[in-house]
Amino acid sequence: MNETSPAQSIGVPKPLVDGPEKTTGKAMFAADFQTAETLVGRILRSPVAHANIIAMDIAKAEALPGVHAVVTEADCSDSYGVLPIAMNEWALARGRVRYRGEPVAAVAAIDVATAQRALDLIEVTYEELPAYFTAEAARAEGAVLLHDDKPGNIERDAEFDLGDVDAELAAADLVREIDVNCAEVCQVQMEPHAAFAEYDGARERLTIRPSTQVPFYVHKMLARTMGMAEGHIRVIKPHIGGGFGSRTETLQSDLIAGLLARKARATVKVVLSREETFITHRGRPESRIKMKVGMKADGTITAVDFTVQQRGGAYSGYGIVTILYSGSMIYGLYNIVSARFQGVRVLTNTPPCGAFRGHGTVKTRFAFEGLIDDMARELGLDPFAVRRANLLVAPTMTENDLLVNSYGLDQCLDWVENASGWKSRKGKLAPNKGLGMACSHYISGASKPKHWTGEPHATIHLRVDWDASITLLTGAAEIGQGSSTVMAQCVAETLGVDMGRINVISSDSALTPKDNGSYSSRVTFMVGNASIDAAQNLKARLVEAAARKLEIPAADVECLGEVYRGGQQDQGLTFEEVVMEALSGEGTITVKGNYDTIPESWGGRKYRGAAIGGTMAFSYAAQVVEVTVDPHTAEITVDKVWVAHDCGKALNPLAVEGQVQGSVWMGMGQAMSEETAFHEGLPLAANMLDYRVPTIIESPPIEVGIIEAADPHGPFGAKEAGEGSLSGFLPALTNAVADAMGVRAAELPLTPDRLLELLEKKVREDAATSGRNRGAA
Amino acid sequence: MTKTIAKTVLSLNLNGVVRDDVIPDNLLLVDYLREKASLTGTKIGCDGGECGACTVLIDGRPRHACLTLAATCQDSEIETIDGLSRDSRLTALQRGFNEKLGAQCGFCTPGMIMASEALLRRIPNPSETDIRDALAANICRCTGYVKIIEAVQFAAQALTEGEPAA
Repeated sequence: MNETSPAQSIGVPKPLVDGPEKTTGKAMFAADFQTAETLVGRILRSPVAHANIIAMDIAKAEALPGVHAVVTEADCSDSYGVLPIAMNEWALARGRVRYRGEPVAAVAAIDVATAQRALDLIEVTYEELPAYFTAEAARAEGAVLLHDDKPGNIERDAEFDLGDVDAELAAADLVREIDVNCAEVCQVQMEPHAAFAEYDGARERLTIRPSTQVPFYVHKMLARTMGMAEGHIRVIKPHIGGGFGSRTETLQSDLIAGLLARKARATVKVVLSREETFITHRGRPESRIKMKVGMKADGTITAVDFTVQQRGGAYSGYGIVTILYSGSMIYGLYNIVSARFQGVRVLTNTPPCGAFRGHGTVKTRFAFEGLIDDMARELGLDPFAVRRANLLVAPTMTENDLLVNSYGLDQCLDWVENASGWKSRKGKLAPNKGLGMACSHYISGASKPKHWTGEPHATIHLRVDWDASITLLTGAAEIGQGSSTVMAQCVAETLGVDMGRINVISSDSALTPKDNGSYSSRVTFMVGNASIDAAQNLKARLVEAAARKLEIPAADVECLGEVYRGGQQDQGLTFEEVVMEALSGEGTITVKGNYDTIPESWGGRKYRGAAIGGTMAFSYAAQVVEVTVDPHTAEITVDKVWVAHDCGKALNPLAVEGQVQGSVWMGMGQAMSEETAFHEGLPLAANMLDYRVPTIIESPPIEVGIIEAADPHGPFGAKEAGEGSLSGFLPALTNAVADAMGVRAAELPLTPDRLLELLEKKVREDAATSGRNRGAA
Repeated sequence: MTKTIAKTVLSLNLNGVVRDDVIPDNLLLVDYLREKASLTGTKIGCDGGECGACTVLIDGRPRHACLTLAATCQDSEIETIDGLSRDSRLTALQRGFNEKLGAQCGFCTPGMIMASEALLRRIPNPSETDIRDALAANICRCTGYVKIIEAVQFAAQALTEGEPAA
């Protein structure tokens, strides 16, 4: 009797498959590559915020001994960007610079000192133009246009008007408004941007290792910028030191490394300083949000009417997508029908914004969850009751045609309410202490295909060789989030084999199938499903081989992972024996698996841009934050966070916890201390001391509850886990501060000086009120 | 042209190996480690003293390699992440960071582990406050530090239960 049963990989906490490299220092990041002849690449950046480039002379720099290449826009074949309709950025500025620090030229030299001297020898003549550092200034009448094809310096106006907002507001028992402004924030992933580029002059081929979340897009943009065939470029993703959206698009440093390597016909390494990484930016835009909500006395929301203005920076990037997300994602969390949105994305002379974790959704969520908390208080309702009065029932389509097939928000609410002791503790804490809560959600990948080439959303290759090992080849970019691990788990679980059989190779364009990369929380859902598909295809091949060897029909083969057998009495074949049979006469086999979204998930057509928000599944989250405020210094201490996240199925519970804790904590930085700052376009906080990332000292315990409202289309029911919990922290914190101190924060981050101002204003107002009351008495 | 920078013969013990190098006096320890000694485990995450990713042990004490001139390490004992595990066997701290997911992207990890190593040598049974104090100069952007604290606690427990340090 054989007691073998399939190995279980899903739902089991698994350390990351690439963990040992990371804990021993062996993991190679882009800046770690080095050969004896590697040249140093350095970038000359604009000292002015907005100017025409009248002339540039690179002759002296080129003549400097030790300089191997100087590149400018003249070396670029084309512009680049994110969306096909908005590729208005150049690797090196062409004709005009639009923000301080924009790359203008670059050099490759034998060492840092020589490269730096060469930069000093490049002569650029600028004719300065008026520069605009706020959205309001850029939109003002008569402002000079940053881009000739963007009238009014508007990147994009976005709007929708669904249901009957005016009638529903009129029908509400309570209508309230909020006007919030949230600072621009930057990802500050630990690894500064870097690229290691090798040019093979004999064959005219480029091999590059860029620090990116999207190797495939970098590949395409390198080909476009360098005027090379994609097939002549090999992009290999090294270990990546985080991203959070900062590298969800091709960066100039990736392109400049390629340009320098080609011109020098050599190996060039470009490593940005932390300051340059801040200037490269691609963070979350400063956003002004005005929102009006109508509510019935029982807490039911009747309508939402809101405007969003984003200061987008100097180039398009993901801007159109960001402004659309800031509107569309008002839906999908609660049962909201009537909503009106007007968004405007403004071009300004500041570094370009991008797709920061929680893309576009965070600041709208902050405004909404704070406003309904105040309305709950006014109506005498518990914050939990207001959320529960507005739950969705899955399956459903939202008013803007977003597919909701699974919905665990109710369970998330229950979990955090119990875990935090909300019912017994709320309102009974010591003075200056408070509890606040909020909910949030996020997509599991953008569903609508970005390119219309007919390519599937995800493709996985599995290669099985004579040693019976399985090599999983994926283009999905492992950036520290654990994607390689989760794919190995999906394959191991489907085959029932031990994960140790599987080796993952991630993102080498010469080896791995094309993948769009790691953004919009698409990987677990899409690539996970493709992994399962590939494993099923492989399993069918193995079952066929086992049937042949056992001389029984394939339908009678029982697969126990490491053993394939005909019946309980049968000793069966080992996995190795089955593989031998499958490969016999065939050789090494490679099977593949694909994944495609269904058209129902592509969003609607009710307004322009309605595809943004369309996804196969939403994650849901609720959190409770407990704070203590020092009434004298207005310093906020976050004592504890309880967060419940509905990820459908925790494929790797360890990684889910890590992702959720990281999201909540990142939300904390944005809520309390992080903000970029500029003086006349000059970055004032382009380092990790002035840009205040929370340290371990002020970071709270974060208790995670995993909720599993399985999605019918998810891989083993799974949905995303890495973004949905972020946006809820911001309002949960300010709601907790409101509970503790009775003030509503409308400006983020809520630094001590901002809170002190609110507290002092409240003291003055309370004094005036009691003065009036005394007068009346 | 370049001014000639004075050079020093640097003798030190690097991860248990005594070596001599001729180095310019203005060479930072982190550049010495990464470029001269080809030990790239130590990371550069900032422009100087902001992030702690370059933390190494100098005579057993955690130091920013990016704020240390290599020439000041004459006759010192330098330990980096590259030399921590012996015979490819993970130390308790490395196992802790691996198994408890104290490392996500892994870029802060070398500095975190070296700072934690110094802590556990000083206080084998640290409180949570001890851990927070010891890692206050090390920024992590992935974990929110929760699992980093658990990783260090895991290692402390493993070590007090008698597992050899390496």
